[in-house]
Amino acid sequence: MKKIEAIIKPHRLEDVKTALTQVGVQGLTVSEIRGFGRQKGHKEQYRGAEYTVDLVPKVKIEIVVSDSGLQAAVEAILRSARTGEIGDGKIFVSNLESVLRIRTGEKGEAAV
Amino acid sequence: MWRGNGGWESLKSALGGKDRATLQRWVFVWLGLIALGWFWLIPTYVTAQDKKEEPAKPTAAAPEAPKPAEQAPVLRNDPNGGKTGDVTILSEVNVADPGPAPDPKDKDYAAKKKEYDEKKKAFDEFQEMNKREPLAAKVAAAAGKNRAGLNMTWTLITGFLVMFMQAGFAMVETGLCRAKNVSHTMAMNFMIYPLGMIGFYICGFAFMFGGFGSAATMGGPGVMDGMITVGDGWNLLGKKGFFLQGEFYDMSVFALFFFQMVFMDTTATIPTGAAAERWKFSAFMLYGLALGTIMYPIYGNWVWGGGWCSQLGAKLGLGHGTVDFAGSSVVHLQGGVIAFWFAKMIGPRIGKYNKDGSPNPIPAHNIAMCVIGTFILAFGWFGFNPGSSLAGTDLRNAASVVNTMLASATGALAATMWIWKVRGTKPDTSMMCNGMLAGMVAITAPCAFVGSFSACVIGLISGIIVVESVFIVERKLKIDDPVGAISVHGANGLWGILSVGIFADGSYGENWNAAPGFVKGILFGDAGQLASQAIGAAACIIYMSIASIVVYKVVEMLVGNRVSPEVEMEGLDVPEMGCVGYCGMVMDKASESPVSK
Repeated sequence: MKKIEAIIKPHRLEDVKTALTQVGVQGLTVSEIRGFGRQKGHKEQYRGAEYTVDLVPKVKIEIVVSDSGLQAAVEAILRSARTGEIGDGKIFVSNLESVLRIRTGEKGEAAV
Repeated sequence: MWRGNGGWESLKSALGGKDRATLQRWVFVWLGLIALGWFWLIPTYVTAQDKKEEPAKPTAAAPEAPKPAEQAPVLRNDPNGGKTGDVTILSEVNVADPGPAPDPKDKDYAAKKKEYDEKKKAFDEFQEMNKREPLAAKVAAAAGKNRAGLNMTWTLITGFLVMFMQAGFAMVETGLCRAKNVSHTMAMNFMIYPLGMIGFYICGFAFMFGGFGSAATMGGPGVMDGMITVGDGWNLLGKKGFFLQGEFYDMSVFALFFFQMVFMDTTATIPTGAAAERWKFSAFMLYGLALGTIMYPIYGNWVWGGGWCSQLGAKLGLGHGTVDFAGSSVVHLQGGVIAFWFAKMIGPRIGKYNKDGSPNPIPAHNIAMCVIGTFILAFGWFGFNPGSSLAGTDLRNAASVVNTMLASATGALAATMWIWKVRGTKPDTSMMCNGMLAGMVAITAPCAFVGSFSACVIGLISGIIVVESVFIVERKLKIDDPVGAISVHGANGLWGILSVGIFADGSYGENWNAAPGFVKGILFGDAGQLASQAIGAAACIIYMSIASIVVYKVVEMLVGNRVSPEVEMEGLDVPEMGCVGYCGMVMDKASESPVSK
């Protein structure tokens, strides 16, 4: 099993969700987060003065997929979250030791 | 000495080393007792004064003397309202009793005698007409009563609009602050309303309008006749009408009191914006009381209550004396000067300035509140300016309304275009709001005296002034004013009061402040008027600077003005008020405060 964490632009969330559903992803977790990368924040203006907002608002989605479903899911995110501009975000993939469904106590891929 | 708490330390040791909280408690108990004493003492004193003219009761030594008729003390006031407003209010039929004949020894006896003879002739003719046609006399009396009623209704209703401006101020100021200080900023804007009101009732109105004469447009009797005078008849301060007792229990006086009270509250709420986000609530309360009782009424008396600024025209021939129709100087410049000194002395918010002195912007938390507040203020201003005629039958009210509207439009447009196209940044929303307010502040003094084109020009200039002065205050003077109160009310209040002396076109204000002719600015041939305006503005700035510094220092000694840095970083809502403005919302308080580099 793999865990995919993707940080995307907030306004791409709907597209990413649709694309993931189409490739068979059953569920996902979304959090509103802030952070910075190479973009190093953005500029805003208030009463004639410019200032830098260091931490840019982003959305983080977390999904868990089986090893075989990884490729399709990653490609779906890549396709739907991309605008081609700076600040499109990143995808992190990691190995997952185990998953448990609380209601039934199922383990492993059955619980995903 | 004061800032370093040295004054407090010496006081503490003099009083035997009691701790600060205990001493404060005692100070407040004593202040409370003194206030209660006033409430009891002053009405008693005033009533005794009014009854003084009552003839002495016959003594036992002369029982055979005829008993004089039981005589009630002669009070001229009208608590019932039934007698207020009679035929004398109708200026069309000049029937006022001319009073006693002039003294032949007077130096300008000839002129006075001529005036007296004219009045006497009209009065005698009217009396004869009364005898000949009693119905006409009754109709004239009813017409006079109606005019008084219409004027009073106008004064009260426009006063209600002005009262609603408190909501506008609360929204603008709170919207421009940070989310962690919402409860505290709102509380200040709320509490100033009852606090200033009570202060004005206790003695503020007496100081300001004690010697005003009569509320003539509402047909009031001349009961406001207590004035402290120095030298050659220069009026300094009113001294009658504390707690509205005695002869001030009169309906025309009450209407005037209400209208002036809401104006005072407008001034009172201006500095709460400039010192917001770091002002101790207890310190603010003391300021609020000081403003309503003493700070505001003194200069108010000089310009509006018949004091020396308004006498400059009649006594020295400088135009019509300081002319301020609705309060560019009395309300806004005074508020702006207090805002300036309080913001300067309390110091900038943490993180506002870097070590090299460059400012960091601290963005507003709710621009929508700021915009809605500005609209509420613009609505209230239609009471503020035209209402200041105190007369619904004064048809010049239409000019006041149109001028107020035009100046607000050009002010908003000018501020927007100036910051956008000339200063080259984005057309800032909060600055648009400041621009509209600036236009209305500037047109407040000249609104009834200028033409529509002059109003546009006054508003246009005010829009540029507000943007530039925000930059000067923030970047050159290094004063942190979160809402722009110094620029909107101070700088444009000054511009407004001077603009009367420039643009007044001589179509209104006959015999204003007892000076002959109409009010004319320097562009229409009366340089003396501009001189009067400049003297009035200078008096306002000098007097209010001294008063602000004294009040600030006294409050600093009693309770301290600024919250601790920990409280400021946490946000004043919970430490000062006990509850947050936005319950249930997660706030990133650290990121709300910029870090000084």
